[in-house]
Amino acid sequence: MQKVYGTAGEALKGLLFDGMFIASGGFGLCGIPEILLQAIKDAGTKNLTFASNNAGVDDFGIGILLESRQVKKMISSYVGENAEFMRQYLSGELELEFNPQGTLAERMRSAGCGIPGFYTKTGVGTIIADGKEHKDFNGETYILEESLFADLSIIKAWKADETGNLIFRKTARNFNPPAAMCGKVCVVEVEEIVPTGSLDPDLIHLPGIYVHRIIQGEHEKRIEQRTTRPAA
Amino acid sequence: MWDRDQMAARAAKELEDGMYVNLGIGIPTLVSNYIPEGINVTLQSENGMLGMGPFPLEGEEDSDLINAGKQTITELPQTAYFDSATSFGMIRGGKIAMAILGAMEVAENGDLANWMIPGKLVKGMGGAMDLVSGVGRVIVVMDHTNKYGESKLLKECTLPLTGKSVVDRIITNLGVLDVVSGGLKIIECADGISEQEIRSSTEAKIVN
Repeated sequence: MQKVYGTAGEALKGLLFDGMFIASGGFGLCGIPEILLQAIKDAGTKNLTFASNNAGVDDFGIGILLESRQVKKMISSYVGENAEFMRQYLSGELELEFNPQGTLAERMRSAGCGIPGFYTKTGVGTIIADGKEHKDFNGETYILEESLFADLSIIKAWKADETGNLIFRKTARNFNPPAAMCGKVCVVEVEEIVPTGSLDPDLIHLPGIYVHRIIQGEHEKRIEQRTTRPAA
Repeated sequence: MWDRDQMAARAAKELEDGMYVNLGIGIPTLVSNYIPEGINVTLQSENGMLGMGPFPLEGEEDSDLINAGKQTITELPQTAYFDSATSFGMIRGGKIAMAILGAMEVAENGDLANWMIPGKLVKGMGGAMDLVSGVGRVIVVMDHTNKYGESKLLKECTLPLTGKSVVDRIITNLGVLDVVSGGLKIIECADGISEQEIRSSTEAKIVN
């Protein structure tokens, strides 16, 4: 089966529909599927629900889909860097479901593992626990969190081979593997597609079974908080 | 009274050799400047890294290498990278010995509020709820009082909680207090501060 596509538009063909649920990798602007997000903007798909740790900034990442009013709901842990997001949320145009960051990651991972929910101590005694099932194990209270089964996963990796085996780079891995696992279909954008057999099988971060379509492209890889130390 | 750096230096004394530690944003980040001689700790960044190094030199920033505050950082010889589910697996699983983090309010039973002020802009809890309920020990570093001079150590938190009965120790500009059965216990006074001054600046019950 051919997994490599020429453009983001071709790779997303037949996968997008209004009202769909998309899981996206990335942390802040690091390791986000910036090319696929632009292609979804170009496709004009509407009423999207996104599970993504953050919401980008005003003109980059998921921010570009907020600007074009394509997003109905965000499931995120932190959205502080986006003024347009705040404007739409405070005016009631945008739904927001806050998840603790680890709960969000595990809701994605567990969906990909066929586990419909899990118990966690995270959030017990806070507003996050409101309305959720509580259960005691060994004298401690846990809450039930349900897994996130997405229609589509969009992720970014460093390198892919032609079968979709992936390698990530440094902290750009972040939410990409769990986001990849939780969708019915996963599309990945990479900096380089290499011939099958050229990656060390012992060093694959995410096996190609989770990856259905691959594109290669140029990435801006914007830095959100450039911080340096003085030379000694 | 301690300044920000003195509070960070005091918090660094909590570190023990071999610990895996998560430092929050703000004063807790400064703690890494004061790690005592002979103590080796590994810093976790919850976006997927153990062995966090210092900020890079100018020109050596890498957009693929950031900390949980989205700042550019560097790696160390012992650095390991992993995904967010694995990262919070080690947090939830109790593998991280300690988290040092800031707070808006702490209650005398160890309740912590540090993520949300109703009616103001809401940014989200990030990894704070996972950290405080998962790690071995939670140390809060914050000013003892707010800008109106009111105690941030309360009988009960007024803000939405980040975690219920999760704080072990509080380091403020006035001193060090532990959460114990029945209230807070003064462990140490900051330079030039008396126990009486801590008591008069604290709403929470102080026990002996």
